Amino acid sequence: MVDTETSEREVERADAESVTFTRGGVVAGFLTCLPIAFGVAGYGVAFGVLADRVGLSAAEAALMSATVVAGASQIVAVELWTDPIPIATILLTTFAINLRYSLMGAALEPWFRHLSAKRAYGSLFLMADENWALTMRDLKTGSGRGAFLLGSGLAVWSFWVVSTVVGVLAGGAIGDPETFGIDFVLAAVFVALAVELWEGASNSLVPWLVALSVALVSAEALPGQWYILLGGFAAAGVEVIRHGR
Amino acid sequence: MAASALSLDPLVVAVILAMALVTVLTKVGGLWLLSRTEVGERVEAGLRVLPGAIVIALLGPELAAGGPAEWAAAGVVLFTMWRTESILLALCAGVGAVVLFRALL
Repeated sequence: MVDTETSEREVERADAESVTFTRGGVVAGFLTCLPIAFGVAGYGVAFGVLADRVGLSAAEAALMSATVVAGASQIVAVELWTDPIPIATILLTTFAINLRYSLMGAALEPWFRHLSAKRAYGSLFLMADENWALTMRDLKTGSGRGAFLLGSGLAVWSFWVVSTVVGVLAGGAIGDPETFGIDFVLAAVFVALAVELWEGASNSLVPWLVALSVALVSAEALPGQWYILLGGFAAAGVEVIRHGR
Repeated sequence: MAASALSLDPLVVAVILAMALVTVLTKVGGLWLLSRTEVGERVEAGLRVLPGAIVIALLGPELAAGGPAEWAAAGVVLFTMWRTESILLALCAGVGAVVLFRALL
């Protein structure tokens, strides 16, 4: 009844079979993400300052942070924000920048397939770059903590919303973000995450070099943030080919 | 001041909620598609490298747009993270380093 191929896949899935969704998972995610949430807050202040400069009120900026929960696209959106608001441009750009979340959400599938739709999709609402990377790392250790994304997302979300308000209220008083190195926080977060995601030269070197070179070339050649998607897709494509050999 | 901080323009709110809707679609879309199709071993291998690949794809152009101060500070983050595995320490060291290097370089 069960052929060999199916049973092998079942064995492969064994780790994921024990995925839970507990309060402990939420707490673990929240606490692990706190240091990163501080970094996110620095970025949130920067977003708030930018939002203030284009005329968004604290309430409007906070609403955007609370419902969109996607830093890079929000910052680009307020950079595009003029009067009248270029609605189509803003929505298209938001979609393009955030399309990478589809790939990131898909990468959670081996674990999230064991959660109810409400839990899985509810957690995805709070998915941002930082807490997604932490969650992938946690799940790959076989922790089975399906609520980790929700917990880490809550940490990012609360710091993101509060720091946005702080940024708007502080407004022009902060002056130039570069003076305080705030503009470097995002790059620093990604360097740190890259160190954590490194799986050794044999696993990571080739896909990372592909992602880097494709991203660098397409960032020059194409408008917007398509380079993120292209770099990610190219690396995944190369890995599919490598895996087949 | 307090009144303007709390003001909500209907059009602005509508644009923000539309942004939220578009973003939710991207966040749930990938998992939704994948839960309706069977994925082979090779595709799974491709998905496995996505975390690091996307981080690198974001980071590369970000760093390339910077200068020696940012590159050196990125090195400080890399080294601190590698030695201590503490994100907080690495972030503080990196932001401190970038302020210092910008003043020096």
